[in-house]
Amino acid sequence: MDFRLLVIILMSAVLVNNYVLRQFLGICPFLGVSKDLKNATGMSIAVIFVMLMATAVTWPIQVYLLDRNNLGYLQTIVFILVIAALVQLVETVLKKYIPALYVALGVYLPLITTNCAVLGVTIANFTRTTPYNFIESMVNALGSGLGFFLAMVVFSGVRGRVESSEPPKPFEGLPITLISAAILSVAFFGFNGVIENLFG
Amino acid sequence: MKRLANLTNGIIKENPVLVLVLGTCPTLAVSTQASNAVGMGIAATAVLLGSNIFISLLRNIIPDKVRIPCYIVLIAGFVTVAQMIVQAYAYSLYEALGIYLPLIVVNCIILGRAEMFANKNGVLDSALDAIGMGAGFTLTLLVMASIREILGSGTWFGMQVPWLVDNNVSIMTMAPGGFIIFGCMIALVNKITKGKGRGSSDAGCEGCPSAAACGKVAEQEVSL
Repeated sequence: MDFRLLVIILMSAVLVNNYVLRQFLGICPFLGVSKDLKNATGMSIAVIFVMLMATAVTWPIQVYLLDRNNLGYLQTIVFILVIAALVQLVETVLKKYIPALYVALGVYLPLITTNCAVLGVTIANFTRTTPYNFIESMVNALGSGLGFFLAMVVFSGVRGRVESSEPPKPFEGLPITLISAAILSVAFFGFNGVIENLFG
Repeated sequence: MKRLANLTNGIIKENPVLVLVLGTCPTLAVSTQASNAVGMGIAATAVLLGSNIFISLLRNIIPDKVRIPCYIVLIAGFVTVAQMIVQAYAYSLYEALGIYLPLIVVNCIILGRAEMFANKNGVLDSALDAIGMGAGFTLTLLVMASIREILGSGTWFGMQVPWLVDNNVSIMTMAPGGFIIFGCMIALVNKITKGKGRGSSDAGCEGCPSAAACGKVAEQEVSL
């Protein structure tokens, strides 16, 4: 296994192709749940968890079931159902066996079913010209989740300041939040050459 | 008259993107070029029309407890059909929209209208609502994509705009431009409606089907 390649996949998923700030996936929780650090962390950890689980389940389904039987067109339906079922299962298992974790993450789980970042990462593993193998897919999922975590945590800090400011009346609430997100997104442009320069 | 209101509500008063703040992800992602925006708008409208009609037809059959999974399956079915049609007849659009085409499944506008409208209203009203909402979504995408494409790359539907083509503000076609233009458009709508438009006063997922769960987050916070 080429370790260097895995590091490149991880770094580019976290910093360069950040799901929230560069690819606009998972904007709803990014805007909705980032009001304070505690919620932002809880939500992001739940997302990382579900992304990893969903990739671990959907990758074998796609490769061994759908592709083998020429059913590639069922990808969207199968993936969304698997993710929905998985989230439900995780919720039930956590509730029964690990109540402490359920208290911490349980409330965020229903939100994740319709989170486009989770469905996005499972599909994105296969839409490349050379699809990722299993380990690369898992690393990509981890990186995307960590990227989401990074964006959420940084943005919850920014929002603390924005909420207490007084923008012009029409900009109050969502508009000023979006404009702060734009500035954060500009900041992430700074990572553009990281991969080429570190590993090039 | 009421029928007409169902049709026109989605375009201005309850504009899904700017007032209800649904479907932000595709709005930001595909609005870099006007042609992509129109393609996305039409695809989403077609899916919304199909899902609204069928959910309205099945509203007395689907048990209340499992309605959300049922809606998701129905919507995913329509998205797959849309995906295949676009792939067959508009391959360049299929390439341009990429991952955002299958992601119509999790577009909150579609699930949101199923939950807020189609499961309470008749077939004709639901179809009109779908057309209105779809038109609102498409128009908003078109306006936003036009601003971004004209400023960002100096073109509109691929046609060159004099002067701007040599002096473009390329950040507008990149991620930050999307956030800025979207923020300004919502602020403009707030200014015009003087804050009477519902939903946009607070950030996030008010109209979204998962808003109930969001509320649960807040409640849990209090009880912990």
